Amino acid sequence: MKLSRGEKLFDWINIFVLVILTLFFLIPFLSVVSTSLVSGREYALRGLFILYPHQPVLNSYEMLLGQGSIVVNAYFVTSARVIVGTAFGLIFTFPLAYVLSKRRLYGRVPITMFIFFTMLFSGGLIPNFVLVEKLGLLDSFWSMIFPVLINPWWLLIMRNFMLAIPEELEEAAIMDGASPLIVLVRVYLPLSMPVIATIGLWYAVMHWNQWFDAAIYINDPRKLPLQLILRGILEYGTGQYSDYSGLAEMTELTDPPPAESLKAAMIVITTLPILMIYPFIQRYFVRGIMLGSIKG
Amino acid sequence: MQQPLGEQIRVRMDQDGPAFADRRGFRDAWRQIKRDRFLYALAALPLLYFVIFRYLPMVGLIIAFQNYDPFLGIGAMFGGDNWVGFKHFQNFFDSIFFWNVVRNTVVISFYKLLFGFPLPIVLALLINEVRITVFQRTVQTISYLPHFFSMVVAAGIVRAMLTPQGGLLNQAIVAFDGEAKAFLTDPALFRSILVTMDVWQQAGWNSIIFLAAMATINPEMYEAAAMDGANRFQRMWYVTLPSISFAIVIILIFRIGGMLDAGFEQILLLYSPSVYSVSDIIDTYVYRAGLIGRQYSFGAAVGLFKSVLALILMYMANKVAHYLGQEGLW
Repeated sequence: MKLSRGEKLFDWINIFVLVILTLFFLIPFLSVVSTSLVSGREYALRGLFILYPHQPVLNSYEMLLGQGSIVVNAYFVTSARVIVGTAFGLIFTFPLAYVLSKRRLYGRVPITMFIFFTMLFSGGLIPNFVLVEKLGLLDSFWSMIFPVLINPWWLLIMRNFMLAIPEELEEAAIMDGASPLIVLVRVYLPLSMPVIATIGLWYAVMHWNQWFDAAIYINDPRKLPLQLILRGILEYGTGQYSDYSGLAEMTELTDPPPAESLKAAMIVITTLPILMIYPFIQRYFVRGIMLGSIKG
Repeated sequence: MQQPLGEQIRVRMDQDGPAFADRRGFRDAWRQIKRDRFLYALAALPLLYFVIFRYLPMVGLIIAFQNYDPFLGIGAMFGGDNWVGFKHFQNFFDSIFFWNVVRNTVVISFYKLLFGFPLPIVLALLINEVRITVFQRTVQTISYLPHFFSMVVAAGIVRAMLTPQGGLLNQAIVAFDGEAKAFLTDPALFRSILVTMDVWQQAGWNSIIFLAAMATINPEMYEAAAMDGANRFQRMWYVTLPSISFAIVIILIFRIGGMLDAGFEQILLLYSPSVYSVSDIIDTYVYRAGLIGRQYSFGAAVGLFKSVLALILMYMANKVAHYLGQEGLW
């Protein structure tokens, strides 16, 4: 089909507007990446914001990721949080979603309501804090795991997925002499792998990005996740962590990076893993939105 | 990950069968429970999580009606002599903070809605019109990206953009002979920063749902419109937009229902005393006065005030959705 002049004009304007919008989404992050590569010397010469550093250096990264650095420590804390949080999240979410997908279950609707209500109403900040305090979880790794163990939205999405698995499969397996546990592990678990993978990713990204719980529950800098170290450096600079890390070696560098470059590098370090897996996981998230919202 | 209520899923309660499988009395019920004991055993531990970490804090809200002393045991929470009724609520309503935080909550939410709601629709319309698949995919992928940054990272990026010590924006201003500004401490600019950041972080992501709705439009509609001589813009306006109007309405309703969540984490990470007057919302006030200031009972009261209002709003949103013939959240 030959496009008319108007059609072509429409396409070009459309592409132009979208390019502008894309730059709006992208440039803030790109500028942070380039800031992180600026050296002290270049800063003195050219001022800080530079889209293309003439001589990009990794000084900031070397400083932050030096041996025994609090940043490296926080990387381990966050990784542990992601692994444990995701594993526990799935171990608790999957069985409950399975149970709630059984139409014959006596009391299924009241139990679902019981869970659904927690999405509409919660005790709020103070009672949650008091609870964690009373449970003795302050300053504990588990304060970042237990309070967010199961996400009710995701639980119900998983249940919706399993509702679509035909009940005849269970009946057939039982006819063949399978116990309820075998039915769960051999029939439903394999069939649910797509939704388990999707929601596992959601838990993982949630745990990587979550920060507020650690901010109120955890004091010991050695137990703080990456996001909180980033926050500390953004708001108060690196000085506060000098006791804990190789950060003090700053003075040994012949060309110490400017403070803003350090902050930028810390932002990049915190978000790099997300960025690296982002192209591959993106579609799982998009699919999730579809799963939950518009039917069909 | 943050998920604004109402945009995610609706929960179907009664699509399949009555609440209780059969109503033939206790004996029958007991027989069913016994038959499915394995299932109840499976559900027990996860349900215990809900009891402890979701419902116990609700019980804990009784401290809003007490003078709670953190150093006394749990027994004191249920003991007789420290009840104060609605004193903390009264104090909140009478305080100079009340109108400020309520106004800021509503105003910030409103601005975020005003700009953050139409933009994803426009973005989806534009993306939908792109004929080059590679370009389409690239734009989409990049537009979702900021959604995956944690709030600390996003706020850090905003700080880096705006800092007077050589941030992108100030460099640009200086380059055009302007004067560098301390954006984040300027009450006149702070809300605009919040709204812009919100649009930057969420617009791409929020467009997904509209794109999904557009994908379900029957192509014959476009062909018919083209036959009738409608140009591209007219097809967008008269075919695409009306076809997704149901999605637009339902999402708008639930955005309004979630209005009391004005962006706690975002504001907490960016604000400072010099902009409290325009940015202190109910949530940040609970955090500062209740948690940091250790007035647990007072903080719980303010939090309860918000939670109840939010519940009512969401209930009304759901009612409106049903009234319009849409499926609500429940």
